[in-house]
Amino acid sequence: MRSDPADYELVAPGNLREVVALLAEEPGTWLAIAGGTDVMVQYAAGKLPARKLVSIWNLPELRRIEVIAGEVRIGAGCTYTDLRENETVGREFPLLVNAASWTGGIANQNRGTLGGNIVNASPAADSLPALLAYEAELILVSVRGERRVPYLDFHTDYKKTKLASDELIRDICLSRRFSDYFSYTRKVGARQAQAISKVCIAALGRLDGEKVEDVRIAVGSVAPVPLRLLETERIVQGKAVEPSLLLLAKKIAVAEIRPIDDIRSTMRYRSTVVGNLVAEFLERLGANGRTT
Amino acid sequence: MKNDCIVGTSVPRKEGRDKVTGRAQYIDDMTLPNMLYGATVRSRVPRGKIKKITFGSGIAWNEFVVVSAKDIPGRNYIALIVDDQPCLADGIVNHSEEPIVLLAHPDRHMLPKAIDAISIEYDPLPAVFTIEESESSAQIIWGKNNTFKTYLVEKGDVDGVWGKADYIVEGEYRTGAQEQLYIENNGMIASYDPEQGVTVWGSLQCPYYIHKALMALCDLPADKVRVVQVETGGAFGGKEEYPSMIAGHAALLAIKSGRPVKIIYDRMEDMAATTKRHPSRTRHRTAVTKDGKILGGEIEFAIDGGAYTTLSPVVLSRGTIHAGGPYHWPSVRIRAKAMATNVPPHGAFRGFGAPQSLFAVERHMEHIAQVVGLSPIEIRRRNFLQPGQTTTTDQTIREAIDLEKLLDRALEVSDYHSKKQRFSKENQMGTSKKGIGVAAFLHGAGFTGSGERNLGSVVDVEACADGTVRVLVSSTEFGQGTKTVLCQIAAETLGLDYDDVTIAQADTGEVPNSGPTVASRTVMVVGKLVQSAALGIKQTLTTSGALERSYSPAEFRTACQNYVAAHGTFRSSARFEAPSDVFWDDEKYRGEAYAAFAWAVYVAEVTVDLSTYSVSVNDLVALQEVGKVLHPVLARGQIVGGIAQGIGYTLYEKVIWQNGRMQNSQMTNYIMPTSADLPPIRVFFEEMGNIHGAFGAKGIGELPMDGPAPSIINAVEDALQIRFDAIPLLPEDIFEKLATETISKSGPHSAGGVQSQ
Amino acid sequence: MTTNISSGGRAKCELSFTLNGEMRTVRVHPMERLLDVLRQELALTGAKEGCGEGECGSCSVLMDGALVNSCLVPILQAKSANIVTIEGLAAGEQLNCLQEAFLDFGGAQCGICTPGMILAASHLLQRNPQPSIDDIREGLSGNLCRCTGYVQIFEAVARAAHCRART
Repeated sequence: MRSDPADYELVAPGNLREVVALLAEEPGTWLAIAGGTDVMVQYAAGKLPARKLVSIWNLPELRRIEVIAGEVRIGAGCTYTDLRENETVGREFPLLVNAASWTGGIANQNRGTLGGNIVNASPAADSLPALLAYEAELILVSVRGERRVPYLDFHTDYKKTKLASDELIRDICLSRRFSDYFSYTRKVGARQAQAISKVCIAALGRLDGEKVEDVRIAVGSVAPVPLRLLETERIVQGKAVEPSLLLLAKKIAVAEIRPIDDIRSTMRYRSTVVGNLVAEFLERLGANGRTT
Repeated sequence: MKNDCIVGTSVPRKEGRDKVTGRAQYIDDMTLPNMLYGATVRSRVPRGKIKKITFGSGIAWNEFVVVSAKDIPGRNYIALIVDDQPCLADGIVNHSEEPIVLLAHPDRHMLPKAIDAISIEYDPLPAVFTIEESESSAQIIWGKNNTFKTYLVEKGDVDGVWGKADYIVEGEYRTGAQEQLYIENNGMIASYDPEQGVTVWGSLQCPYYIHKALMALCDLPADKVRVVQVETGGAFGGKEEYPSMIAGHAALLAIKSGRPVKIIYDRMEDMAATTKRHPSRTRHRTAVTKDGKILGGEIEFAIDGGAYTTLSPVVLSRGTIHAGGPYHWPSVRIRAKAMATNVPPHGAFRGFGAPQSLFAVERHMEHIAQVVGLSPIEIRRRNFLQPGQTTTTDQTIREAIDLEKLLDRALEVSDYHSKKQRFSKENQMGTSKKGIGVAAFLHGAGFTGSGERNLGSVVDVEACADGTVRVLVSSTEFGQGTKTVLCQIAAETLGLDYDDVTIAQADTGEVPNSGPTVASRTVMVVGKLVQSAALGIKQTLTTSGALERSYSPAEFRTACQNYVAAHGTFRSSARFEAPSDVFWDDEKYRGEAYAAFAWAVYVAEVTVDLSTYSVSVNDLVALQEVGKVLHPVLARGQIVGGIAQGIGYTLYEKVIWQNGRMQNSQMTNYIMPTSADLPPIRVFFEEMGNIHGAFGAKGIGELPMDGPAPSIINAVEDALQIRFDAIPLLPEDIFEKLATETISKSGPHSAGGVQSQ
Repeated sequence: MTTNISSGGRAKCELSFTLNGEMRTVRVHPMERLLDVLRQELALTGAKEGCGEGECGSCSVLMDGALVNSCLVPILQAKSANIVTIEGLAAGEQLNCLQEAFLDFGGAQCGICTPGMILAASHLLQRNPQPSIDDIREGLSGNLCRCTGYVQIFEAVARAAHCRART
């Protein structure tokens, strides 16, 4: 344990209004801490720059899941376990629930939150491609009110988001229109459990007869930010699922990503595996994803 | 006398209750009054002269105890084999993480701040990081030619075999470093007072190694140094020699401050700074007949020892002796060397050189098979050692071992033949390929050659006032079941109830030196001595008339109580005597290397996922002949646990080095298998009693480490028809090889169905 | 920063929570880790520090019925919570089904992962009284064991499930 608790301030106002007010008082000074599964690791390693923390753990305003007008609103303070245990989320958002089940072990799923995962903004975060695939929108709150933004371009660069220094994510909104899509999600880590991903993919698709009617493909760990493969989606749109399409999709996907060599894996491996998984998704879509 | 009632059954672990209730006291669970916390300032360069040490501003240095090399009362070396490893660097550092300065403070939170405030300037020196760089002698970093130790083993007429060979098969095989990754990090508490001297408590395997090291370091006589082992959370060799270093550090701080000092490493420090398994490179050149019989060969075995000698000569020794595997080599020349590099010294880890050289020979057998046109099974059959034949060191196999029978049983249980056929067919298409592979191996138990004689281990058994009997050994418990099995042996020997026997804490103030807890020697060697010493108790009681020749446990207890009441407690001692049929020539490295070998055949079934290039092990059959199994649950636990580590060694655990420092020194990035990564592991024991061991037992702790790597990599080659000769084998490595193979060849050896980019 | 940094500094606060069925109050810095508060303030050393980053699970405790890694919980977040550690799992000298099974089946070798492992197993069995081998594997996947290779741990948990069903 390389930090001194005496050097840190942690407060827990207990309600969202006061948390948000505090963030506004000294913008950029207070770090929100939810389940601590990222912040506390940095802290123990002596690598946490923030000295003032405000706890948003278990805030009732943040830890709820509601169905409102055709969308499911997931509070940013929901843990992965909350997601896994929610019937609606389990039924309609398998990409998200699978990602939740792959994030750490049970103990970390009981504490890690979806909002925390987004704000920590690791490109390797497991649930972020799922949110991209579901075209999530975020509701952000501050003393200035609330605003709703598409998740698609929320991440601007490595570990940087559009969140203002006095803002918090309150809800993640998922449209229910993908509930009958074919879903495919895979995480490639160094081992079967408790692994940071080398590559992860979350994809949705629907066929019209033999042809691709609609797809959403999102990947993690192969760019500074989690990425929607918009070009790849565009290329496969309207085409029949056959070997030549798979090869083309692979090529385009590999061109869209920007993987690197790092402590976990290599650029070349990541590139090839993304291509393989995109092809596998399309192949399975072709076999399974007929419209009802 | 009862028959095999306690030995052979799975009695409760002596310290089990404490472990399942959370009451077991590990070193970080203990505090002493007035205790300080200690920490280590370490080198950030792999090699260099220390120019200047600056204690920066912002720290109340007067609150700290500071120790450097000049504070060492005795000699600034960690006494082990060669006195070359400083306890604290003095003017020069030879590896990253080398300890330079020690600090202590009452508030453990102050230590990281203080360490950050110390800046050290170096004049960097060119550093060496690989076996190749070291052996080139372009830069001399140790001794005359960077070589800690060499061995030369010669048997028969190697130079004459090449002319007679139908085939000459060559290969090079590599293994990487591996971190022991005990879940409990290294820790020690030391205290000093001028009367008692130094006492240390800690997480450790070998109290007397530390005792010897502290005597030299602190310039204290034997009776002024006391080492006490407390509950130890895993060791696997990683706490064989390293604890002498951390004990030395704690002791120096305790001496300087006059207060007890606790040093506990965190995971990052433990992984980066302490010992790991020696990386290795083995080269084989083998003369083979067209019938697949080995005529002879040359084996070059090299290990990377890191910056100081530590245990490299002994690791090298074991690797050398095992380099021929369980096969008959009519002629062989083995040239072995341990090289110096500027990384933290490598050290003991379960298997201790044998996993390295056995990986090589078992991979090499596959290649010989391919060249000759025989199956992997047939090539082994034709070369297995038979009773009456001699090993590479000219040791005659005297026991009635039947390796073919072990092989047959393993093949049957694993359904090898039908799976191999089926996989070969199914692999024609699909997004994954399956394979099955075999490894056959042996593992010598106890210290090599004259080692046990030199140790001269002593065991005491004591008759106690309450009628129970207490075992006193320096053998330590760290999960493998030392306490349980030694008590079983004593109880069985004396015809007592298991609960009538206790075992003393491993405290050098109390127990004799029964040698270190290493080399799979505890049950076989120390256990045998426990037997002898126990018999001594019985003899005293029966001779005195206190006890009849035939008695019940209750009668023994009464007799013992009465005798002790009349005469006081007494101890019976037993000292190791080398069996008369064990001869060893240290110079020629020939003779009876080990009193007993355990033998094994492992079969691994794997699936290679062609979209992610990852290997999963689907089944692992582990069949071993280990003498007598004294405790079935413990024995099985040892095999399964060792196999899990072996799977990690093969497919997951990679140390990423940069400039001689481990980059992935956290559990997030150093990948150990989780429960989700391990296959069903099916364990089978064959028993063929060993005359040297207690109740016929042989050592088994390290054996399971040898089998997984070669059997898994053999299976991967079976699946992909592509050769991999280095571990760890990661998906990235498989991908790169497949990409090159697909580009450079088509035909029977390309992996069909795989797209490279 | 030119002033000397000595110990002391930001304010400590008083916090209460239920620990193994009893109300406890501590006076600590809010960013002390729950693990350290248990081990140092409250002298409950059953929870261990194996990695400090939530990977090994040897610090596992139950917080409001949920398995958590106590090395990742700042003590302020445990205020008013219901904490259960290994010390609270069994009643007095009597071992519970899990503890007995771990003893019988070789689920504990060196024992350092055992408290966390037993808590994880207990957590699993509360939610899933009849787990399959895969359920057990998943439920315990956040608890690393270097000694056993997990097989005998799984057998112990399966056995405990059976025993709990009967009691």
